[in-house]
Amino acid sequence: MIAELGHYALVLALGLSLIQGVAPLIGARRGDAALMQLGSSTALMQFVFAAASFAALVACYLMSDFSVANVFQNSNSQMPVIYKFTSAWGNHEGSMLLWVLILALFGALVAGFGSNLPATLKADVLAVQAWIGAAFYLFILFTSNPFLRIAEPPFEGRDLNPILQDFGLAVHPPLLYLGYVGCSIAFSFAAAALIEGRIDAAWARYVRPWTLGAWMALTVGIAMGSYWAYYELGWGGWWFWDPVENASLMPWLAATALLHSAVVMEKRDALKIWTLLLAILAFSLSLLGTFLVRSGVLTSVHTFASDPTRGVFILAILVIFIGGSLALFAWRAPALTQGGLFAPVSREGALLLNNLFLASACATVFVGTLYPLALEALTGDKISVGAPFFVLTFAPLFVPLLLAMPFGPLLAWKRGDAYGAAQRLLAAAAVGVMAVVIVLIAEGGSVSLAPFGIGLALFVMGGAVTDLAERTGVVRIPFAAARARAAGLPRSAWGTALAHFGVGVTLLGIVAETHWNAERIVSLKPSQAVTLRHYELTFEDVVARQGPNYREQVARFAVRRDGQVLATLEPSKRSFATRGMTTTEAALLTRGVSQLYVSLGDTAADGALVVRIYHKPLVLLIWLGALVMALGGALSLSDRRLRIGAPKPAAKSTLAPAE
Amino acid sequence: MTRKQRRLVLIGAALGVLGLALALVLGALRDSIVFFQSPTDVAEGKVAPDKRLRLGGLVKDGSVKRNDLLIEFAVTDGNKDVPVSYRGIVPDLFREGQGVVVEGKLGAGGQFVADTVLAKHDENYMPREVADALKKSGRWKEGEGGKK
Repeated sequence: MIAELGHYALVLALGLSLIQGVAPLIGARRGDAALMQLGSSTALMQFVFAAASFAALVACYLMSDFSVANVFQNSNSQMPVIYKFTSAWGNHEGSMLLWVLILALFGALVAGFGSNLPATLKADVLAVQAWIGAAFYLFILFTSNPFLRIAEPPFEGRDLNPILQDFGLAVHPPLLYLGYVGCSIAFSFAAAALIEGRIDAAWARYVRPWTLGAWMALTVGIAMGSYWAYYELGWGGWWFWDPVENASLMPWLAATALLHSAVVMEKRDALKIWTLLLAILAFSLSLLGTFLVRSGVLTSVHTFASDPTRGVFILAILVIFIGGSLALFAWRAPALTQGGLFAPVSREGALLLNNLFLASACATVFVGTLYPLALEALTGDKISVGAPFFVLTFAPLFVPLLLAMPFGPLLAWKRGDAYGAAQRLLAAAAVGVMAVVIVLIAEGGSVSLAPFGIGLALFVMGGAVTDLAERTGVVRIPFAAARARAAGLPRSAWGTALAHFGVGVTLLGIVAETHWNAERIVSLKPSQAVTLRHYELTFEDVVARQGPNYREQVARFAVRRDGQVLATLEPSKRSFATRGMTTTEAALLTRGVSQLYVSLGDTAADGALVVRIYHKPLVLLIWLGALVMALGGALSLSDRRLRIGAPKPAAKSTLAPAE
Repeated sequence: MTRKQRRLVLIGAALGVLGLALALVLGALRDSIVFFQSPTDVAEGKVAPDKRLRLGGLVKDGSVKRNDLLIEFAVTDGNKDVPVSYRGIVPDLFREGQGVVVEGKLGAGGQFVADTVLAKHDENYMPREVADALKKSGRWKEGEGGKK
């Protein structure tokens, strides 16, 4: 009964989205307030029904109702409750339902909190949002219905893929979807602006908070996925340049560029057409990501069992929305008022440079990800484009971007003083150069890029600190006065500095992990020991344990440093009877921000155990940096300027912006 | 700076960065892509030694030999087998009779020296490349094994 209710709610949501896609649009053209208002009420109701549908699926999972095919295939009555809950979206159908739920959520948020928007813009935005929703409701109902029943219900389910039986599944997909789908708002705003044929600085102000929110979710979502892969797959790697990872990186790069170009548009009324295009591209890349992951054209952990009709359907959605929006752009954009030109050396010039590099980096990832698919379609040759390609293309584009990053916030709007900015960055540059020298000496003069990477990371972090020091004047004026200034500084300024600092933190982690990662693979018998760096690991014994839906063999290792026992690490192999699958659970010992990582291989006939041990210095900084970036975004989002939306013209003269 | 000069600087910067990106992409595409081959391709000598490639097929039944950290096995597409050696830990789903993709170089004597072994993440899932290689050799029937 519950499954049927969920199915029915989904059909109703589709019906509502169809009304929402048409009525407000007509209302906006005719100036009919009632029709435009219909957009808001349908958006709210559509969310209610999408949520009801999702809740129904979750309920089926929690009750282990195996008469529902989707539950039968992806759940098991023995699973812990948390995994029963998360397995609702640990499969193709359920994850698409989560996708539309979040889409409906964003639509409802625009309807609920968009009271400061011009009525016609709001109506158009909600209509475009509804088209996207309708397309995905149809996709779910026709190709991926999670509510289908089985005629003769089995007694037990086939269990969730054990790799997904992890807390990561509770966090990573919802956050990533919040990011992907959050980009749809900027997209809808762009389409609405094109339909209206009008775009101004206020538009950028409306779009920025949504983009910022989506960007934050995407940042944390990607970082969580990376950490999950790191500890779950047992290879100690945190980024594989896998097409699916790239699929999430591309919208992130586009959204990052969009955040920065929207600032230029808001402050200087320039880069308008470009910002519009970026808004379209960011969501197009999110759709592309959904296509790559959900259509089964790729081989990946994210690809659940899939059939070809789905791929064709998603491809059609992709073509209609990307092609349609770009056609709309090509048709309407020339009619929009152009933004002004500006001096190359200025804040807006620096932000443009940022956009150029981010867009180019995004393009290289795009080529590397899609080239194999294109080549196979054209010539039949199968190739793989792996890490070497991306290291050779992505890194050289990011280095100048990061070098230029500290300069941007120090340049004034309109006309910046590059020499002055360079002078103020002397301290940060000195820290960076010193780091290069120290690391070079410590490395004994062996040639590598690591010292320069460390230097760059410290320069970026120093640049963020310099930015704050300059704004508060903490070096030049008395401390009390500086503190007062710091209190008066807009939160977006703190947010910018914090987010930029986070980039440096992540870079530091990446360089340290890549260069100083130590790895040993050894075969050990009980009571034998192995040393890695300053840690000594003694293999004690293997014990068997019974989990809720698996049996595990736990190997115990005593970790010693200078003869003192630090901890006992317990990596294990878990066997899941239902699927006949084994997973490797790595054991981690965190010391500061570095980690010791132990993962098990096979057991030989004579009782020897193959073990893989890593020491990963500063590895946690990779993800902590991403959290710092997102925190910066949150600070910026809480800024009064963004919360109150567009300023009233009268207020502008009395409240001078602080930056 | 005049309006014209400003425009030139902006266009120049845009073209410069895009040109850099293009040069990097073209350079990297020439050097760092890896071709996928089937065991038949490799056994028939279509592959130059010392060139990185991916080899995909099934792990041949009864071919896996373990010697401490060294694992030797044969990858087959039903027509031809290619002996593979790998030093390290293979993924959990590495099993005889199952699909596998290995990456590395063809060494002297026709043995493939792998530095990466990829198995799938799901017991029903067959890497698409492997499925295609098996189809090519006629050892694949629709709806069998890796139907998903």
